[in-house]
Amino acid sequence: MTTLPHPMIRVRGITKKYGEMIGCRDISFDLWPGEVMGIVGESGSGKSTLLGCLSGRLEPTTGSVGYASREFGDIDVHGCAEPVRRKLLRTELGVVHQNPRDGLRLGVTAGANLGERLMSVGARHYGDIRAEALKWLAEVEIEAGRIDHFPKTFSGGMQQRLQIACNLITQPRIVFMDENTGGLDVSVQARLLELLRNLVSRLGLSVIIVTHDLAVARLLAHRLMVMQRGQVVETGLTDQVLDDPQHPYTQLLVSSILQA
Amino acid sequence: MPTDKTMISVRGLDKTFTLHTQGGTVIPVFSGLNLDVNAGECVALAGSSGSGKSSLICSLYGNYRPQNGSVSIRHEGGMVDITTATPRQVLDIRKTTMGYVSQFLRVVPRVPALDVVAEPLVALTGDLEAARDRAAFLLKRLNIPSALWSLPPATFSGGEQQRVNIARGFSLEYPVLLLDEPTASLDAENRRVVVGLINEAKARGTAVVGIFHDEEVRDLVADRLFEMRSFKEAA
Repeated sequence: MTTLPHPMIRVRGITKKYGEMIGCRDISFDLWPGEVMGIVGESGSGKSTLLGCLSGRLEPTTGSVGYASREFGDIDVHGCAEPVRRKLLRTELGVVHQNPRDGLRLGVTAGANLGERLMSVGARHYGDIRAEALKWLAEVEIEAGRIDHFPKTFSGGMQQRLQIACNLITQPRIVFMDENTGGLDVSVQARLLELLRNLVSRLGLSVIIVTHDLAVARLLAHRLMVMQRGQVVETGLTDQVLDDPQHPYTQLLVSSILQA
Repeated sequence: MPTDKTMISVRGLDKTFTLHTQGGTVIPVFSGLNLDVNAGECVALAGSSGSGKSSLICSLYGNYRPQNGSVSIRHEGGMVDITTATPRQVLDIRKTTMGYVSQFLRVVPRVPALDVVAEPLVALTGDLEAARDRAAFLLKRLNIPSALWSLPPATFSGGEQQRVNIARGFSLEYPVLLLDEPTASLDAENRRVVVGLINEAKARGTAVVGIFHDEEVRDLVADRLFEMRSFKEAA
């Protein structure tokens, strides 16, 4: 695992307002290489708004997101020029959408989806791109024979895995994930979780994952932030937050889990 | 008083639970608890059910968050208070210094038993092959048939899961080891194996804090008993 002298991402006082409505309020934390941060909370608590601000797709009303970039050094994600931010989103940052159809182009083949992201960072050699695409299909356990098929012929779980591969193919260092395991059947979800755990530890990724599912959070996340009405009400190591919750809302969440 | 052999030093530790879903009921667990554990020493926590033994273990591991007091762990040459350490420091202490064998294995879907056991060592060294060799050695010693090693432990019996959990806790030679009833559902032969593992760890200088309901096991590994009762009454 790479050890950097400072955090991968520094979040300071992020507030996002939609008019008078608060999306999220005054959120600060540091995330280090190889760490996975889970964000949990009820619908409408500001999780996705926060994720948008962190990944640079949504301009916060106040606050800053600092990122230790491989290419650009220490930069302010919202203070930098638009082309730099767009380049980061193609290279060092990955965004895995809740709905794979938002992150994939369904009308072109799986191979083209993978190749497109590589070409956007300058890859031109067809053989190299194809080889890299095949390698990443194997990583996410999709048969090589599906490379020329359209993702619309894939199951939901396969689409989700393809979307993850499309993000990882340019070797991002931070991946933002939004509820990616919801709605999948349990065996597919287990496979996706194991895949993610492996990739995080092998590649030293930093991941910020929004989820409703506390069992998913326990498996994947080192740390948790619990959000309610746009604010972080509790934060700590995942096992601290789930085993010894302090805030009334966290206690309610933890006590509401169904035991399988 | 703490010395340079002290691996764990607890001072003035208070733990209560406040149940907000039940009208803010406060449940005191212990209060003003002090404890020092030296390298190579095994301290057995004693007290009836509900006396706070598991809560103390969880507080030592940084899993429960005590209301007051400090829990200092010797980590990379210095004493670090786990109650005020950053999340990153706590993770680092757990990665290199302090192991914890809980009562129940938390199974990870699809991960085979061998890799469940190897995981802490792989995380530390990155050497998968060496870690799997060590895992195989421990599983064999704990009498888990090799036919099971490639299977996820979700379908294993309670005793098998517990032995996988123990193997995982011993995959790394942690300087500090916390054990919560490690022999609860084991037969006599496997209890002896666990006693052997604990005594070997002590001989290497590991400080052990454990809950052992089995008095025979307790007498074979513990150097002294730590009575919880007085701290419960103070709470």
